[in-house]
Amino acid sequence: MGSGTGLGQVRGLGSAKHGGDHWIKQRTTALGNLALFTWFITSLVRLPDYSFDTVQMWLSSPWAAVPMMLLVISVFWHFRIGLQVFIEDYVHDEGLKFAALVALNFYTFGLGATAIFAIAKIAFAGAA
Amino acid sequence: MAQPPSRPLSPHMGIYKWGPAMAVSILHRATGTALATAGMIGLVWWVLAAASGKESYDQFVDWASWWPGKVVMIGLSWAFFQHMCSGLRHFVLDVGAGYELKANKLGAILVVLAAATMTATLWAYLLLVKG
Repeated sequence: MGSGTGLGQVRGLGSAKHGGDHWIKQRTTALGNLALFTWFITSLVRLPDYSFDTVQMWLSSPWAAVPMMLLVISVFWHFRIGLQVFIEDYVHDEGLKFAALVALNFYTFGLGATAIFAIAKIAFAGAA
Repeated sequence: MAQPPSRPLSPHMGIYKWGPAMAVSILHRATGTALATAGMIGLVWWVLAAASGKESYDQFVDWASWWPGKVVMIGLSWAFFQHMCSGLRHFVLDVGAGYELKANKLGAILVVLAAATMTATLWAYLLLVKG
């Protein structure tokens, strides 16, 4: 291990053993998104209309509420990884990059929790 | 880690001639970003409105059925299909297939055509058949 170039400092150390983690999760959630969005679009197209009563009735069933929650989890997980790579590639200032990554995490969890709460509220209140 | 300027750098984006594969690649990022921001805010607005009662839901429907709302939804659905088809292409590339120049270019073109066809089919059904 030398003290010269960046490459020289890391040569011979092997991999950090973390590289595959994001890659696998990105693909796993991609498969989840594919299955869940196929269900979601098919369900939406088959609804008779998009009025309040119809949508409430549809989302109050566990057969719609549970996959809808899974869709939110899968999609939000997927885009959190994707946007992280996007930020790391295009934001070069270290401070700005850190702030952007913190903002991304707040955005993902804040919006995700809101979505799951809304679905749960409809499902638990039930369409009387 | 600043690069010493005297060292040669590998050729960057600017020197390449644009082709379908490059377009599909950057579209994957652009559509992914659009879906994660505008797409997800729209989706959450919809479920939150449905959870908040008839009045707020009808307000959402007013926005969504106004023509700029429709343009945004058609745009987002295209972004979704483009991202999905491009993602399926990534699965093919992940197993090591489709890197030959002709096959790679054909795959990229097919992704764009498939996404446009899916978007057109969905909205033709929603607007013309369903009304």
